[in-house]
Amino acid sequence: MPELDTVLVSRLLTAMTLAFHIIYATIGVGVPLFICIAEWLGIKKNDIEYRLLARRWARGYVITVAVGVVTGTAIGLQLSLLWPSFMKLAGNVISLPLFMETFAFFFEAIFLGIYLYTWDRFKNPYIHWFFSIPVVIGAAFSAVFITSVNAFMNTPQGFTLIGDTITAIDPLKAMFNPATPTKVFHVLSSAYMASGAILAMIAAYVILRKGKNAHRYHKKALKLTVIGTFIFAIMTAIAGDLSAKFLAKYQPEKLAAAEWHFETEEAADLILFGRLGEDNVVENAIKIPKALSFLAFGDFNAEVTGLDKFPEDEIPPLWVHYMFDLMVILGLFAIVITFIYLLMLMRKRWNPYNKLLLILLIANGPLALLAIEFGWIYAEVGRQPWILRGFLKVQDAATTSSQVNNMFVLFFMLYVVLGTLTVIILRRMFRSLPVEQELEERYDIHSMEGR
Amino acid sequence: MSYEIIGITVLWIFLYGYLIIASIDFGAGFFAYYARVTNQDHLINKLISRYLSPVWEVTNVFFVFFFVGLVGFFPETAYYYGTALLVPGSIAIVFLAIRGSFYAFENYGSKKSNLYMFLYGTTGLLIPAALSTALTISEGGFIEERNGKVYLLSKKLLLSPYSWSVVFLAIVSVLFISATFLTFYSSRAQDKQALRLLRTYALFWSVPTIIASLITFITLSQHNPRHFNNMIDLWWMFGLSIVMFLISMFLIYNKKYYGIAFIFVMLQFFFAFFGYGKAHLPYLLDPYITIYEGVTHESMAKALIVAFIGGLCLLIPSLILLLRTFLFDADYVRGKK
Repeated sequence: MPELDTVLVSRLLTAMTLAFHIIYATIGVGVPLFICIAEWLGIKKNDIEYRLLARRWARGYVITVAVGVVTGTAIGLQLSLLWPSFMKLAGNVISLPLFMETFAFFFEAIFLGIYLYTWDRFKNPYIHWFFSIPVVIGAAFSAVFITSVNAFMNTPQGFTLIGDTITAIDPLKAMFNPATPTKVFHVLSSAYMASGAILAMIAAYVILRKGKNAHRYHKKALKLTVIGTFIFAIMTAIAGDLSAKFLAKYQPEKLAAAEWHFETEEAADLILFGRLGEDNVVENAIKIPKALSFLAFGDFNAEVTGLDKFPEDEIPPLWVHYMFDLMVILGLFAIVITFIYLLMLMRKRWNPYNKLLLILLIANGPLALLAIEFGWIYAEVGRQPWILRGFLKVQDAATTSSQVNNMFVLFFMLYVVLGTLTVIILRRMFRSLPVEQELEERYDIHSMEGR
Repeated sequence: MSYEIIGITVLWIFLYGYLIIASIDFGAGFFAYYARVTNQDHLINKLISRYLSPVWEVTNVFFVFFFVGLVGFFPETAYYYGTALLVPGSIAIVFLAIRGSFYAFENYGSKKSNLYMFLYGTTGLLIPAALSTALTISEGGFIEERNGKVYLLSKKLLLSPYSWSVVFLAIVSVLFISATFLTFYSSRAQDKQALRLLRTYALFWSVPTIIASLITFITLSQHNPRHFNNMIDLWWMFGLSIVMFLISMFLIYNKKYYGIAFIFVMLQFFFAFFGYGKAHLPYLLDPYITIYEGVTHESMAKALIVAFIGGLCLLIPSLILLLRTFLFDADYVRGKK
């Protein structure tokens, strides 16, 4: 069946673009907040090291924004190129937030340009700092709008479909659909968490490598970013919990697939890991009695809808269970590691810069991004077979063009090149001008004092 | 005014905005490369990167804005253009990707490499060529709907004289717009050497622009007589376009008022672009989609227009701030900040 192939390749190409874009999008949403905080601290405390922190983060951030703009343009166009039938339907109902997303990004791009090129132009340093705020807001609202489009795919509303004709369109109702609040909360908090984790990873890496000789600049960076990661990791967990409760109510098959919950029952157990044997018998799993009921409804005896309530061809693939578990475990890992660091930092006699902890903080950077990847895989695959739940299936929405395979290869090569270049350029950029040297050159201060 | 007219007017204005600022960017890339090859890069490349560094992201957003708005106001276009443009659209994305990313890498990261300069220069010409395909296709005759499926007749597209004349027009217009803008910018920076070089570029590319426009007129009369006749009815817009062109050339030739000369170049393209667009109506894709049948529902159109007005209230002051900071701040332009 050649048609199925086109659908499959369209899905793979979209998945590849999204998996690549989400890395840059996450950093793009989260890092401006840390830049803004660092510069504010620097001005308030009259501490040039915090200001240099903001300056160096901003310099690296531009590279990721550049690639993010490019991959964002790619996914924006690919929606129409690969899923023309979906966009025709969605364009009628959900184009408002898509349209507003471009405004938000426009706003962000303008002020990012101003922010980057006006570092030493104002006598009052708060004016320059002020330009970072529209960047933070613009980035956050881009995420809000685009996430509401994804939420709409999960719980579409605000229109009536009769045959092929759409009527009674209510753009605001479509935008503020039931999935929007929890999804937006989860996406934003996890973006801030992961960005903090990435920045903490960099600081921890330098401290680990330089040991006692590490400049206090890096220690300040680590402290600031770990505190941020910790706060947002907690918020991400809360958002995750609210998302589970949302799913139990509005999209029960998605939660049931993630939890391998086959029979509708009260006081349902939570299943961690394990594997599926014959006839969907769960083997080797950790079972927490009644925990699923509690997770879903905040009540240990509540009834949780199982997969038995859905026709077989409307059940998502069951391997999303692993995606869900991995996401949760990695999220907990971030909370625990950052908490230990903060605890050790507060205890005067403990050394928060011991090797093992630094290594774990380094690992937390990529792991946090992985958690986001797993979360999105769960969110997207868990919606299958629907592209617009209850209205349009993925297999009916894909392009009919026979060229999709070639496009997949083309974009694969593009992403390999872009990913490699990002790493090379970022390394070269910061290696060629170490912190000590920049402090000395820019602020005429002997870096030795800082040690 | 009806929603479809407001919608298409807004979108067309944004496409016009993209045409101007993207042309400056694309052409600058080519000139930078050309200057490198002919060992003149020390004269102009600093000037070019001074202007482009802060604004390149904004350029891209104009484009995204256009296609997102198009799908919003006229969802049918997603279906037809989406299917037909998979290959040219994907190629354009890859070019934009190479350009956008190398841009940042170059400006913030590394030394100037020859490969980069080559890609930077050539993609500046290939992107307009790829994107102009969409306008060519909109004339009809290159898309066919059979058994409920949409096909792009790529062979016909590649052999069509009209299609090639549009590509030619796109490329020379990019170079002309860019050269006239950079002439103005260098005069503002009081960079005499750069000005001398860029002014010759501006004069050099002026005549091919007019020739390419004429060729496109002629090939269009063969390809889509309806559109051509509509354009003839709007002859005064194209006449005005030529008058604007002559005034700008007069000023640049006499080494006077380069800023005003550039405004006349913008007006030249404004009249031509809107004349072309108005004559194109009511079709968005001849003969499949018209603005009347393809328009979205009233409630969505209203919401989009409200969002648009709200967005403009936010963006226009921001854009003015951006331009004041980088374009009209004489000290910045001269490199003193």
